[in-house]
Amino acid sequence: MSPSEFEPTEAEVSIGAQASSAAGEPSNGQPAAPAKLGRAIVITSGKGGVGKTTTTANLGSALAAMGKSVVLVDADVGLRNLDIVLGLENRVRFHLLDVIEGKADLDDALVRDKRNERLHLLAAAQAREKEDVDGAEMKRLIGRLRERFEYVLIDSPAGIETGFRNAVIGAQHAIIVCTPEVSAVRDADRVVGLLPGDWSPELIVNRLRPALVRRGKMLSVEDVNAILRLPLLGVIPDEPGVIVASNKGEPLALDASSAIGAAYRSIAARLSGDATTEPARAVGFFSKIGALFGGRG
Amino acid sequence: MSARRIVITSGKGGVGKTTTTANLGAALALRGLRVVMVDTDIGLRNLDLVMGVEKRIVFDLVEVVEGRCQLRQALIRDKRFESLRILAAAQTREKTAVSEEQMDKLIGDLANTADYVLIDCPAGIEHGFRNAVAGAREAIVVTTPEVSAIRDADRVVAKLRERDLPLQLILNRIRPEMIRSGEMMSVDDVAEILSADVVGVIPDDESVIDSTNRGEPLALDETQRLASIYAKIARRLEGEPVPLTDLEAPGFFSRVFSMWKQGAALS
Amino acid sequence: MFDFLKKNEFFRAFFQRERSGATARERLRLVLLSDHLALAPDVVEALKAELLEVIARYVDIDPNQADVTFEQREREIAMLASVPIVGVRKDRPSLPARSRSATNGRSPNGAPTRRRRRKRVVAAAPEGSLSTLNGSVPSAEGASEA
Repeated sequence: MSPSEFEPTEAEVSIGAQASSAAGEPSNGQPAAPAKLGRAIVITSGKGGVGKTTTTANLGSALAAMGKSVVLVDADVGLRNLDIVLGLENRVRFHLLDVIEGKADLDDALVRDKRNERLHLLAAAQAREKEDVDGAEMKRLIGRLRERFEYVLIDSPAGIETGFRNAVIGAQHAIIVCTPEVSAVRDADRVVGLLPGDWSPELIVNRLRPALVRRGKMLSVEDVNAILRLPLLGVIPDEPGVIVASNKGEPLALDASSAIGAAYRSIAARLSGDATTEPARAVGFFSKIGALFGGRG
Repeated sequence: MSARRIVITSGKGGVGKTTTTANLGAALALRGLRVVMVDTDIGLRNLDLVMGVEKRIVFDLVEVVEGRCQLRQALIRDKRFESLRILAAAQTREKTAVSEEQMDKLIGDLANTADYVLIDCPAGIEHGFRNAVAGAREAIVVTTPEVSAIRDADRVVAKLRERDLPLQLILNRIRPEMIRSGEMMSVDDVAEILSADVVGVIPDDESVIDSTNRGEPLALDETQRLASIYAKIARRLEGEPVPLTDLEAPGFFSRVFSMWKQGAALS
Repeated sequence: MFDFLKKNEFFRAFFQRERSGATARERLRLVLLSDHLALAPDVVEALKAELLEVIARYVDIDPNQADVTFEQREREIAMLASVPIVGVRKDRPSLPARSRSATNGRSPNGAPTRRRRRKRVVAAAPEGSLSTLNGSVPSAEGASEA
């Protein structure tokens, strides 16, 4: 499966770039100036298990590898996993609530990834509840992080309750992660409706299996987006390698031989408006498939 | 005799709670048992979709609890079975719309006219989880052999044990070839880490996606490999000493013998 | 330069020999232990209190300055106790003769071994002790050496 199969069409990319610009990111390929506030983006889905945490970890890793300063915030209080997906679980000393409650400095809580020095993690509390986080404090914390980092990626918990609301509150932009399955699409649709009305959230379709789509056993990206109608940021294939990566705590974005890694890297490039990385294919894979199989029943 | 009241939970989202509820319920109903499935994921309901009854919802769980309809009006009779009914969650409400006491009473009411009440729990360990557990008397914890899922399952197991709820594991989405090559944790690993008995091991199967899309649980289709696996889990729940298949890695652990005892003790 | 590369390859091959399933299992074991510790603050408090009690039987300590923490390392979780000692107690428990070291306080060449006053007690959590904090306190191993 070649990574370029997952490049969206030019049309889709230009929509994505427009959305990025609307959210305040310069689309001329220049990295954000340090004096400017960083972008705070919440990664959410509604449905659990579709790849929010994996996406946060990989997108963050890819952005950091590109030279951006990145902090990943785990908002899943009580069920934290961003640390273990990144392989940083044994370096967490203090967490988000410790910082908010003044028990630790932000600098003590931030974990820097030694493999990827521009990447930092602010872990969630494990022994607390989502209701312990005050929304105003969370917003303030995200504001502080925006002053220090070019990208603040907030890993939202599943659901649409307090945890989700706290994840959204400090952000200016959202990435919706959705798998090509009816339950996921339905939940994503619900979540989009709960985001601030002036936002223009972007979509990542995760765990696509083109072979199943061709056989009519899986929804296509068009099927998903016919309902969600969001600018498409990217598509990630499904591979067993993701399990090995999670076992080891090594995000695939840093693996040059992984198609999933390549997909995340190109999403990072698109998100940051970095024109120097690989351009989208002129004719999308998906429009070809659409032509071949026509309208599926 | 009142029904067995089982919550199907996991902590982590997306590991197969709803799919398990649907297929296990179908498998039990196929054996002629009276089954009620309850979707407690208020705001993000999906059991109706997986069962293919989403167009037939007239009243939901919240409306029952608020007294705006009778319980029997809200229960959807599944046309494919003699004895299967589904209670859908509300879609435009929040989990705080019902209390634990209300849930306990509701499940109790359902238990009067059924053999099994299967409670589909939402992801997480907050209000939704507490609501789902409130009406249960035993639990099935679903997990995949993946670090985040097991970590979350561990948390849930601790919470269930705090409430003295007997529990068993279903290990979902295993890939036997990856277990054999050492790139995936084995059934033994997971059972040992969570210190719990395993009532079912389900392999990763791409047919699940299609069955969800069409709203037809795999357990209904005899030609499906997973159908026989869910059928075996149903038999184990009923107390039959059905051994786990040769799906798992060699080193078949001894807990299978205690499963029979547990199955009998729980009924 | 090639020798260095070869050596690197060898080390890479050596460390990557562990299958990722085993890696996952080990990581989970440690992270769950850490999670359980975080989730049982009352048990941890009881452990600290009892630990200080025991130490105080032998030496006078300043309990207000005592600190007991858990440190997560690569392959283990260690309990670290930092306990300021202000004096040795005259009424400390005397040890029965049997429990003295086999060398009877002397090294093989005859010279007396130095007894060091340990300020730090390091206890590595034993393997398979994931659920020990659900109700019981793990025993501290690796106590002060004689």
